[in-house]
Amino acid sequence: MKREMVDVYIMGKKYTVPEELTIMGAMEYAGYQLVRGCGCRNGFCGACATIYRIKGHTELQVCLACQKQVEENMYLATLPFFPLVKKNYEIKEIEPTKQIMMHLYPEIYKCIGCNACTKSCTQELDVMQYIAYAQRGEYGKCAEESFDCVMCGVCSSRCPAGISHPQVALLARRLTGTYLAPGSEHLDARVREIKDGDFKSLMEDLMRKPIEEMKELYNHRDIEQ
Amino acid sequence: MYSHEMIESIKKVEATRQDRIGADLRRMTADEKEQLLRQYHPDFVEDGFQSLQVGPNRGDKVPHELAELLQAESRLARMKGPEGMESFEAVLVAPDYETDVLVIGGGGAGASAAIEAHEGHADVMIVTKLRMGDANTMMAEGGIQAADKEHDSPAIHYLDAFGGGHYTNRPELLYKLVTEGPECVKWLNDLGVMFDKDADGTMVTTHGGGTSRKRMHAAKDYSGAEIMRVLRDEVMNRDIPIVDFTVAIELILDDQGKAAGAVLMNLETQEILIAKAKTVIIATGGAGRLHYQNFPTSNHYGATADGLILGYRAGAQLLYADTLQYHPTGVAYPSQIFGALVTEKVRSLGAQLVNRDGTAFMNPLETRDVSAASIIRECRTRKKGIGAAEGEGVWLDTPMIEMIHGEGTIEARIPGMLRMFGKYDIDIRKDPILVYPTLHYQNGGLKINAEGLTDIDRLFVAGEAVGGIHGRNRLMGNSLLDIIVFGRNAGRNAAALSKSVQTGRLTLDHVKRFASELEKAGIHPEKVSPLLLPTYTHGREHD
Ligand SMILES: Cc1cc2nc3c(=O)[nH]c(=O)nc-3n(C[C@H](O)[C@H](O)[C@H](O)COP(=O)(O)OP(=O)(O)OC[C@H]3O[C@@H](n4cnc5c(N)ncnc54)[C@H](O)[C@@H]3O)c2cc1C
Ligand code: FES
Repeated sequence: MKREMVDVYIMGKKYTVPEELTIMGAMEYAGYQLVRGCGCRNGFCGACATIYRIKGHTELQVCLACQKQVEENMYLATLPFFPLVKKNYEIKEIEPTKQIMMHLYPEIYKCIGCNACTKSCTQELDVMQYIAYAQRGEYGKCAEESFDCVMCGVCSSRCPAGISHPQVALLARRLTGTYLAPGSEHLDARVREIKDGDFKSLMEDLMRKPIEEMKELYNHRDIEQ
Repeated sequence: MYSHEMIESIKKVEATRQDRIGADLRRMTADEKEQLLRQYHPDFVEDGFQSLQVGPNRGDKVPHELAELLQAESRLARMKGPEGMESFEAVLVAPDYETDVLVIGGGGAGASAAIEAHEGHADVMIVTKLRMGDANTMMAEGGIQAADKEHDSPAIHYLDAFGGGHYTNRPELLYKLVTEGPECVKWLNDLGVMFDKDADGTMVTTHGGGTSRKRMHAAKDYSGAEIMRVLRDEVMNRDIPIVDFTVAIELILDDQGKAAGAVLMNLETQEILIAKAKTVIIATGGAGRLHYQNFPTSNHYGATADGLILGYRAGAQLLYADTLQYHPTGVAYPSQIFGALVTEKVRSLGAQLVNRDGTAFMNPLETRDVSAASIIRECRTRKKGIGAAEGEGVWLDTPMIEMIHGEGTIEARIPGMLRMFGKYDIDIRKDPILVYPTLHYQNGGLKINAEGLTDIDRLFVAGEAVGGIHGRNRLMGNSLLDIIVFGRNAGRNAAALSKSVQTGRLTLDHVKRFASELEKAGIHPEKVSPLLLPTYTHGREHD
């Protein structure tokens, strides 16, 4: 079967590739053996941030190369690395107060509200909004809003204020997970029980049983509805 | 957009949907399952396998693709200069890195190991193929098991995993997995992983295939990503050195035959680097990118079984390397995401597997191997599949989810799935999706004891590169758990051991020895290994 082909320009050089391919697939079809710019190949890791423009248009667009199908006359450049700012901290020693963000990522207060981050997000997140939540110390909201971030760094590449949005969001999520989310009593209780050896003899009994008996137990175990 | 044939079939699926809700779909009996697996599971396809002729598992069968790499030539042998392998041995005396604990692989197991080794006051470093976190861990969607609910217990967890693993799990490893599970979930929680919880803090838990209690904890459908992001951040907070885009291509042993480091290669410059270490932890993950029996895969780009090759060549035994997990629900359509994973959570939430006529042909919560075999049978023998560009598939009836749990459930609980298909104009809230098994998980791997040690002194393994924890079939959610339990375990033990280690003279004798064994067996390998990265051409040679 003859495939439909399109012309794309990979870092400015022209290649003719099947139109059903993703950008990542098209680069491989063109003969690239990818080393950088390729991780999970399925939209989870953010390794494959890519900037493109369609010939005749002025607007720059961004995407994940593993998630975006090629288009006719696509000019594309990969962004396999972006120097985000990552500040170190000890999660057990900080507190989920407004001050911590001010201390670690003060540049978030230089946001000029241009919304370039949101417009460029490959995951369609409302990036500027989650930064606003971070500014106000509303970490739970920042965490929710940023949850699907794959940390590709495109937002930061477009930010005139030099904000490393993905790192800000990650800090907010860790603060939320560690401090703001309610504790799980059943989990703590179970950890204690195990530590106290509550299940030890039960487990040892089970492990001593012959396989045939285990099969019986397994095949007739009750299943929670 | 769906083809005409697909749309016609979807109408039949819609017609039966209401009646299928709440229908009691019978589970297969033990005998039925056994029969089904023997006939249809890829592990039982005899011409997919061959016997190893060399090494500690001589005589055991493994997939052809793995055998070729296990019995291939060392990369060093191909690179060698005028003095042969000796030219590499000459540089062993001047290592580029020296550390107490060398962690090979920057996924969830490697990160957990590094954090605990650091906690144990050891010098630790990570080398990893791509970026830190470009790994199978990042891709896990469904969740992580742990028996932390009142009506559940480690014993019930043990039974589920043991039965699911066909009674072949190593008891001492499984014991560790289930008894340390809750503490590991707590560890993650305290590090800041945002688990799904009710307002009172109760973990939201669901079933996975083969569980008898709802013990699957999740962080939306980004469970693995959420865990990986936090662990990576923690590794960085501790200033643990990460050498990325660098692969281990051979282990180094000392003159006592104990692990003593690895030969590394910078993937971009091909520069060879020597890492000397008191202890080594292999955490290189799975093998999906070897595409056994030509299956597509859900795995990340670097999943090429490298750790198994390195360990085997140094004399470590493999266990159950002939069993792979084919996830029943890989994407069959559209082709851009062919082979990608549709999380099992979709079935946990109530979506059924339905054939071209709109009939639900099985209980959607059977174990993975049984489900995969059942889908293959439905398509291959019963001819009830739906054709797609690459092969065929059956429907996974996602719209049922919102009919059962209410509108908004899909967006709240499986947003990643909604987005993945949404990009190709398929709204999974309205239309079902087409699925077929995809190569997903390496059940087998290097054999370890409860300390995480292989047959080789000072060589630890953790994560998907281990064989034995899950027996011949792993349940969903037990792998994210094992990388934390056994990753931390290996890190802790390696750090402690490193305190008393005196490394001898570094050698690559084992590499030479393996080559001469190949020679003796009459094998003249064409391939070099480890593979490091797959090569894709997308049919260029046929155009
Ligand atoms: C799509 C998908 C969904 C999944 N969903 C679930 C789930 O819901 N629940 C569950 O429990 N499990 C799930 N799993 C399985 C689970 O995620 C993995 O088994 C587990 O995360 C493996 O962790 P790991 O650290 O051992 O390996 P990985 O996370 O793969 O990390 C291995 C790392 O080692 C690197 N590496 C490889 N070779 C070398 C080398 N030679 N030198 C240096 N570095 C190297 C790799 O590039 C990678 O970074 C899923 C897997 C996939 C692929
Ligand atoms: S390769 Fe991971 S997001 Fe594209």
